[in-house]
Amino acid sequence: MLGLNKSDTRLLLIVVALVAAAPIILNPFPEGSGLAQFNAGYPDLMQRFVIFGIFAIGFNILFGLTGYLSFGHAAFLGAGSYAGMWMMKLLSINVIPAIIFSTLIAGVISVLIGFISLRRSGIYFSILTLAFAQMAFSLAASVLTPITGGETGLQTNLNDPRIFPEFLGGGSSIDGNIPKPSLFGIEMTASYQLPIGGWEWTFNWGYYICGVVMILAFYMAIRIFRSPFGLMLKAVKSNQQRMNYTGLNARPYMLACFVISGMYAGLAGGLMAAMDPQVGAERMQWTASGEVVLMTILGGVGTLIGPVLGAGLIKYFENIFSKINSNLLHEWFAFLPDGLEDFLVTIIYPFIGKGWHLTLGLMFMAVIIFLPGGLVEGGKRISRAIRRPKEATAADGKTNPAE
Amino acid sequence: MSKSNLTRRGVLKTGAVAGAGLAVPTYLSAGSHAGFTNAPGDSSVTLGFNVPQTGAYADEGADELRAYELAVEHLNGGGDGGMLSTFSSKALDGTGILGRKVEYVTGDTQTKPDAARASARSMIEKDGAIMITGGSSSGVAVAVQALCQEAGIIFMAGLTHSNDTTGKDKKANGFRHFFNSYMSGAALAPILASNYGKDRKAYHLTADYNWGYTTEEAVRNSTEAMGWETVAAVKTPLAQTDFSSYVAPVLNSGADVLVLNHYGANMVNSLTSAVQFGLRAAEANGKNFEIVVPLYSRLMARGAGKNVAGIFGSTNWHWSLENVAGAKYAGTNAFVQSFGQKYGFPPSQAAHTVYCQTLLYADAVQRAGSFNPCAVAEALEGFEFDGLGNGPTLYRAEDHQCFKDVLVVKGKENPDNDFDLLEIVDVTPVEQVTYDAAIFGGELGSCNPGA
Amino acid sequence: MDQIILQILNGLDKGSAYALIALGLTLIFGTLGVVNFAHGALFMLGAFCTVTLSRILTLSHTVIDESRKDFLGNPLKVDVPYVYDWFGESTGAAIIDWAVPLSIIFAIPVMIAIGVAMERGLVKHFYKRPHADQILVTFGLAIVLQEIIKYYFGANQIPAPAPEAFIGSFDFGALIGFDAGAIIYPYWRIVYFCFAMILIGAVFAFLQFTTFGMVVRAGMADRETVQLLGINIDRRFTLMFGIAAAVAGLAGVMYTPINSPNYHMGMDFLVISFVVVVVGGMGSLPGAVLAGFVLGILESFASMRQVIEFLPGINQVVIYLAAIVILLTRPRGLMGRKGVMED
Repeated sequence: MLGLNKSDTRLLLIVVALVAAAPIILNPFPEGSGLAQFNAGYPDLMQRFVIFGIFAIGFNILFGLTGYLSFGHAAFLGAGSYAGMWMMKLLSINVIPAIIFSTLIAGVISVLIGFISLRRSGIYFSILTLAFAQMAFSLAASVLTPITGGETGLQTNLNDPRIFPEFLGGGSSIDGNIPKPSLFGIEMTASYQLPIGGWEWTFNWGYYICGVVMILAFYMAIRIFRSPFGLMLKAVKSNQQRMNYTGLNARPYMLACFVISGMYAGLAGGLMAAMDPQVGAERMQWTASGEVVLMTILGGVGTLIGPVLGAGLIKYFENIFSKINSNLLHEWFAFLPDGLEDFLVTIIYPFIGKGWHLTLGLMFMAVIIFLPGGLVEGGKRISRAIRRPKEATAADGKTNPAE
Repeated sequence: MSKSNLTRRGVLKTGAVAGAGLAVPTYLSAGSHAGFTNAPGDSSVTLGFNVPQTGAYADEGADELRAYELAVEHLNGGGDGGMLSTFSSKALDGTGILGRKVEYVTGDTQTKPDAARASARSMIEKDGAIMITGGSSSGVAVAVQALCQEAGIIFMAGLTHSNDTTGKDKKANGFRHFFNSYMSGAALAPILASNYGKDRKAYHLTADYNWGYTTEEAVRNSTEAMGWETVAAVKTPLAQTDFSSYVAPVLNSGADVLVLNHYGANMVNSLTSAVQFGLRAAEANGKNFEIVVPLYSRLMARGAGKNVAGIFGSTNWHWSLENVAGAKYAGTNAFVQSFGQKYGFPPSQAAHTVYCQTLLYADAVQRAGSFNPCAVAEALEGFEFDGLGNGPTLYRAEDHQCFKDVLVVKGKENPDNDFDLLEIVDVTPVEQVTYDAAIFGGELGSCNPGA
Repeated sequence: MDQIILQILNGLDKGSAYALIALGLTLIFGTLGVVNFAHGALFMLGAFCTVTLSRILTLSHTVIDESRKDFLGNPLKVDVPYVYDWFGESTGAAIIDWAVPLSIIFAIPVMIAIGVAMERGLVKHFYKRPHADQILVTFGLAIVLQEIIKYYFGANQIPAPAPEAFIGSFDFGALIGFDAGAIIYPYWRIVYFCFAMILIGAVFAFLQFTTFGMVVRAGMADRETVQLLGINIDRRFTLMFGIAAAVAGLAGVMYTPINSPNYHMGMDFLVISFVVVVVGGMGSLPGAVLAGFVLGILESFASMRQVIEFLPGINQVVIYLAAIVILLTRPRGLMGRKGVMED
């Protein structure tokens, strides 16, 4: 189907199903129950899941296929966000021009940075991309304040020009309020809430737009992975020298790959601005670049679905664990005797709320040490363990990271 | 599609097609018939406390959180009532807000606008918070304030000192109790002139971001109006840790005062460098060289240690205020007493401002008789109150900024303990720091009740 | 002219910190082939050795002073350090005053122990893994270490002043014929520079003139041959990791009076020190030191008012700009060898 083989089609269909049903899957606990804290099915987080999914898919096209580790991808994300915001400020609050423009701008910038950085390989390439991204971040936060809004960031305003306010359903200020990003007149924040039993599911318009974009991005990624172009990139990873000896110049392929990857980041940035009209310079900081590296490796480098899972896991931690406070802990363990309750709360407290960084750090270490192939390998090991009784011959104990 | 289709009903219609097959969905929360976002149920109401729990301002965030917990306790009738007993408005009676028990959720801003908005959105979308408050930087305050405006939620700013929060970036749903750069400049200038003389030459080191710019501008304008001259103003990167290369040239620049428009770690490090380079002991133009820090906080003063001794700055509030400056500042001691009893040390200015903000919000809801953000905003606009530790205070309607006296403080020479680092030099009366609401531009817009 | 000399001094001082951290990083990379993202955290741990020692020295018992009141109006509790009781008040105060230099003695064994534990417990298992995995696991470790420090010491900075004797500054200008006061430089920063030079010299001397160092250098050049000679090179490399950790830690100890330490100071230095290492050339010890000083001086020049007015924002990006230019003109950094870390 759609030029994909059977297993890829199955993977794509699974992703489509997951994206479509996410509002239900991510809210497994009834409202008002003690575990409702762990529900992730609210619009903001769901949007972040798929947007960072796109970002990580794009990063993986570069890192997973060619092995070139870019430490500056956040610069493209940030540039895309700024470009998208300016579109929404100048042109129309409609998200379509914003998303298109942000992808293009990120593409242009990645051509420039890629052209220079790709002259070197290995850690030298990483440091070059890092240097460019850090320069972009520092300048955006200070000297470029008129364009970027500096440390406070860029936002939509009441008095923005917006020369085509009616474009594709438009959206203009009602009652002296700043218009919200919209598509066909429906605001990104518009949602339906569907209470069934004790559950309450939120279906958000903005989320589904991001979801559709992510499915397209995912489909594109599969096609790239399976194309002759993708093969060429894998050849770069396994042995660039041999490739050169056969008379192939890897440069154009690398640059194309870098730009595609940068445009994915720009697309993610544009969507972020469209879902939540605010861009801050810290979106470009090296820690943000590091985050996408972590997502990709945590999920499984070079696998198709891994980066999306990694992105989801990190965002889940950041948003859910950081909100647990000692009060909640005491509520949860209230059924225990007082001494035991206090003891448990004391033990757990350093790891939640303000300690979520600690948990995240420990989790990275655990995954890297015990599951070098990331979550995807974890899943494979589990499924192998289940299947092992049937296929005793296949169980040779050797793990190959999935392609 | 025309503009008129942008109403809720238009959205509902379009969406009903998209949502075909489902039972007729209710739009937004169950309380949408109340006409505003996240209308609380009959038994409880949820407030969102969004403070930095990780990153450089985590300690300030922790102090804010303590004050919030204390405020919730007092609102629900627990503890000794704190400033409820001194507050001039008596609408609150210790039975929660409008008879509903106050509950809260917490989040981590990480002192990053993006993360702060994510956290605030989850409070609004997931936890049903009716009001968001907190934060320890202006970037975060401006970002979250804009978000609350869009979502139709009241935002009660925490520690944010930039003029922009209630100036260029002011929003109808946002309110600030803390003072700002302009007030710091206006309060400091006369006291600097009387202590250091009127013919001084100042050298500014300014953190290279929005707050730094507004602070530099404010201090420059008000000191130049007193007759000072500005020799140079140099911007320093926000991420700078070693300020030696910026401080070293100061002594030979012809300046005799160094103004450090820095906050947090920036201020601790630049002040430490300045003292190391002997600026405190130096003489220039036949006068003692002086250092000024426009915005002081006790937590920063602790980081800089002995280096703060004798250095002037301004602050929103200090726990010794009522003892030093008299009963005009009633409420201070009541607050210090209940905070100190609970946590064992006096509250910081960040803790004080967020405690006040929580009380002010609750009181406004109580007086308005509704949680509707527009009704609350109306109750807060132009509200005059007293007894929250700053003396008589006005919540100005034009820009949602509080106007009250500003404290000028200096570092103590021989502090008794970790908390007793600042001494109050003078209190600049509110008239001297009041300005025209129009000077910073920006538009308040109109209040947004959301759904 | 005086401004330029002043900024060169500043650059040497900044460069000392960069060079020390980069030196340790290169030692680890050169011997073990591991990219250690937790190296900044080791620098931070060194600084917190100082904080810990000064906390130990000021361990106190409380005495209630009825004549004074605390902020709640209760009698004031005054902390009296035990060292006052043991050595008398003036000697006790002097010991506390000298906490930073004393921490050197305290930090060396602690940091070597941390380094060895890190290598044996974690890094050892990553020799054969890709560099990306090494980066990630050490980065995870760095986060964990700094969060633990934050949990115990808080997020704010903790002052750790230099001894009274080193407070104040030295009139450098008068020494070389400028006006008095034209070039003055703080004593402690001069101490820091000298300390860094001694430490760098000691590391080089250790590698150059001891048998142990000779074996390590041989191992860096060709690990397998050295092993075939029957030498347990792993053991020596482990100790080298400990020494590298100690170098970073001592850099942190002595840095505390310059900037009050806080939990993320390691991360602040991490990116810069990687840039320094790469600019110097991966695996080259003299390169790391040279690049540290060069970038330190460049950064200082770029932050001069006259330069910023001419090129706004240059102070923010000069290091990265220099790194890009150097890497494009000298592919393997200033003193790098071919084939290192290019796959």
